[in-house]
Amino acid sequence: MVIERRPLRFSLNGRPVDALAAPHETLLATLRDSLGATEVKYGCGEGVCGTCTVLLDGAPVNACLILGLQAQGRAVTTVKGLSGEAGPHPLQRAFVAREAAQCGFCTPGMLLVAYAFLREHPNPTREEIRAALAGNLCRCTGYTRIVDAVEACAAGGGDPPV
Amino acid sequence: MTEAHDAGSTPSLRIIGQALPRFDVAEKVAGSTLYAADWQLPGMLAGRILRSIYASARIRRLDVSRARGLPGVSAVLTARDIPCNAIRVDPTGLGGTPFETPILAAERVRYQGEPIALVAAESDPQARAALEAIEVDYEPVPAVLDAETALREDAPRVHEGHDNLLVHWKLRHGRVEEAFRTADVIVERTYRTQWADHAYLEPEAGVAWTDAHGVVNIRSATQVLEHFREVAEVLGLPQNRVRIIAPFLGGGFGGKEDMTVEPHVALLAWKTGRPVRMLWSRYESLLARPKRHPFTMRYKTGAARDGRLVAQEITLLADAGPYPLLSPRVVFAALVVGAGPYRVPNVKVDAKAVFTNNVPTSAMRGFGAMQVTFAYESQMELLAERLGVPPLELRARNFLRKGDRLPTGEEIGTAVALPTVSQRAISALGARTAPSSRSARVGQGFACNIQPYGRTVWFRDRASAWIGFEADGSLVVRTGVPDLGGGQAASLAQIAAEILGVGLDRVAVHFGDSALTPPAGGTFATRQLYMSGNAVWKAATELRALMAPVAASVLEAAAADVQFADDHVSVVGTPDRRIPLARVVAECGRRDVPTALLSAFRGEEAAPVDLETGQGRTFPDYTFGCHAAEVEVDTETGVTKLLKHAACHDVGRAINPQSVEGQIQGGAVMGIGQALMEEIVVEGGNNLTTLFASYLIPTALDVPDIRPIVVESGEGKGPFKARGIGEPPTGPPPAAIAAAIFDAVGVRLQELPMTPERVFKAMEALRRGAAGDT
Repeated sequence: MVIERRPLRFSLNGRPVDALAAPHETLLATLRDSLGATEVKYGCGEGVCGTCTVLLDGAPVNACLILGLQAQGRAVTTVKGLSGEAGPHPLQRAFVAREAAQCGFCTPGMLLVAYAFLREHPNPTREEIRAALAGNLCRCTGYTRIVDAVEACAAGGGDPPV
Repeated sequence: MTEAHDAGSTPSLRIIGQALPRFDVAEKVAGSTLYAADWQLPGMLAGRILRSIYASARIRRLDVSRARGLPGVSAVLTARDIPCNAIRVDPTGLGGTPFETPILAAERVRYQGEPIALVAAESDPQARAALEAIEVDYEPVPAVLDAETALREDAPRVHEGHDNLLVHWKLRHGRVEEAFRTADVIVERTYRTQWADHAYLEPEAGVAWTDAHGVVNIRSATQVLEHFREVAEVLGLPQNRVRIIAPFLGGGFGGKEDMTVEPHVALLAWKTGRPVRMLWSRYESLLARPKRHPFTMRYKTGAARDGRLVAQEITLLADAGPYPLLSPRVVFAALVVGAGPYRVPNVKVDAKAVFTNNVPTSAMRGFGAMQVTFAYESQMELLAERLGVPPLELRARNFLRKGDRLPTGEEIGTAVALPTVSQRAISALGARTAPSSRSARVGQGFACNIQPYGRTVWFRDRASAWIGFEADGSLVVRTGVPDLGGGQAASLAQIAAEILGVGLDRVAVHFGDSALTPPAGGTFATRQLYMSGNAVWKAATELRALMAPVAASVLEAAAADVQFADDHVSVVGTPDRRIPLARVVAECGRRDVPTALLSAFRGEEAAPVDLETGQGRTFPDYTFGCHAAEVEVDTETGVTKLLKHAACHDVGRAINPQSVEGQIQGGAVMGIGQALMEEIVVEGGNNLTTLFASYLIPTALDVPDIRPIVVESGEGKGPFKARGIGEPPTGPPPAAIAAAIFDAVGVRLQELPMTPERVFKAMEALRRGAAGDT
């Protein structure tokens, strides 16, 4: 049962990374087990819970549903890529200020989906925010505070300052 | 006996009651928290479990020789390789015959998914290959597939030599038969609840390794550090040779209260001498982890014409699955609060848990008190209708009050704020929303509940905490609390910061380590704030009492006149006369006064209840609440959409109002999920809902904003008079939503979940002229 692992190079949070990945290996496994990106969480492995969400060239994907080798030459962003030199991203600050996370396990995926959504839809209604987050399960918060935090970061929300 | 304390000794609170950001949330949004599955060690092996494919079978042959020979395989273990293949539990905690639950099935499997063998290999694919190479010959034997038939004389036995009846709790209070004869109205119904899964987003996981001292270390997602004792028994090691570390959990909700990966991963690490990591898939978690019990609840409730309850007769039947786990205690909680938060002078309850070959069941947020809320509140709705009394008025005539006795005979020693709580929840709903289509009907309903917090008093609960200052005046709290995500550690920091005057950012909480943090008991039974919160309160208060005289002498003031605040000790009334805490610490050092101490809090304790009558003390205290819901039901499809939900609980005092609101909102949505959509389906012993694609929990689109309402009566048995709030919010939603559905379309649902199909069938029956009940 020797499976050849192939070289793979992509950008992880803006930095080039090299890894070896078996052809059947998911991006989730490559990120977690080869690259130590444990901020990407396994929740269901079947693309339902959204816990393992990362951005692939800026678009949210379930890392459990694509292969590591599919990331070849592309840009992968995890929640650690959201914060910059200025500190945490406004969404991250809003999640803290409003306690939009409890156990925190769904939080990396939630933040990335919210980030990608707000970029495309800067002035959403609460209902639109809910629709955008519907692919990410949370078992702790009941969602209200997550919607609050995302809403606070919409353009014109101004809280917290961007 | 409780250790009394007086929250009044801290006159003006600066940190308690503030919605302060939690330190752990800042770490979590950064993605830096290392959960159980995120831990890696050099040379770590991958652990896997071979699970039974049958619900009930004899194992005729188990051959692991081929698996052991596969490349990369370090160990394949079966029951024979385990020093002690049984956890002995006393199901009731009353000193009865211990019941043995195997770690690995030997000759017999009793549920689908039961562990049979363990594998450790260099890689996970190699471990999976080894599982496939294990040969098992099963001989299926007749199974017990539902709780009702389990009790028949001719039913197969789940355990040879043991009745299928696991436990039968009784409560006898007053004269029920006579009282029913005097009742003007009697309503009698049967209610059913379903299996539900905790569905925490973090599946069960852990890493184990043996250190240089020969100590087996387990770092796992567990609610109970004290499982190290059971693991030691399994391994045949002294208890001081096993250590459990619980990092931040990705949710628990009772599902990580029984052991999960701990004995398995410890065995593999112990046998191989290598670190081993075991990660359960979502499939394994949904397949084989204990669920919330399905209850069958027969309620007969009698009332006088003026609405006063006169009698209630209740039988509860819970499917316990094949092993006791916590079923006896779950059913006991249901027994105690089965009559609801009401004065009922005559009560008879028979509560049974029975063995079956279905999926195991054990603790889940609400712990038996959740299921009965659906029944007792639905009965109140029926009575209100029969008597022509408004539903809230009927409740108000019967609400328990402080000083009243529960049917167990125990006195309610703290406030029962139900009149306020129910008013506020119901009024928060506001005006009825207009239906969104011609086939839609809108309805409103509510439900109240009573939920214990703290462990049953005969378990003599304890929690300890160590608090110490560093030389720079920063503070360290050590306590063996697992943090499930509810803010357990953060609220302890708030308590210590308040009492010792340290800035919240200068408090470090070390938690969740059975070797390095003093024992505090598990995070379950809504006990953690009550127990470890009181332990931290007590340790901090005692430490302040030691240090205050030293500070006072430096300040040339009386010890009673100094206050600890803003990282200083100052003289009350003259804030300029102050010295930094660091200076107080140094001064204590010179005078040999301790700047650290360990303290323990003893929870309420009492003798066990009388087993024939259920009379006696049971739980330390209770939390009361009321939820109000507005739904829209589509009369053409039966689809029920929750439009509004308000949830109000008296929490005594909110340590962190934002965290309290979060508990209420999240708990409510868990209850809403169980009301409308969640169901583990087990047919013929086979679990058909082993994916998140088939076990549906609420998404952001399935629920509206949850309006949390926090009432602070100033009475509770936790620190600063707080009450527990972890479990209570899961209880009311099913009954509140059922009442709202009745209000909308005139049908009463008596079985959960209230799916479109069930609602539609009930409406069909109503249209055909049958009664509105189903």
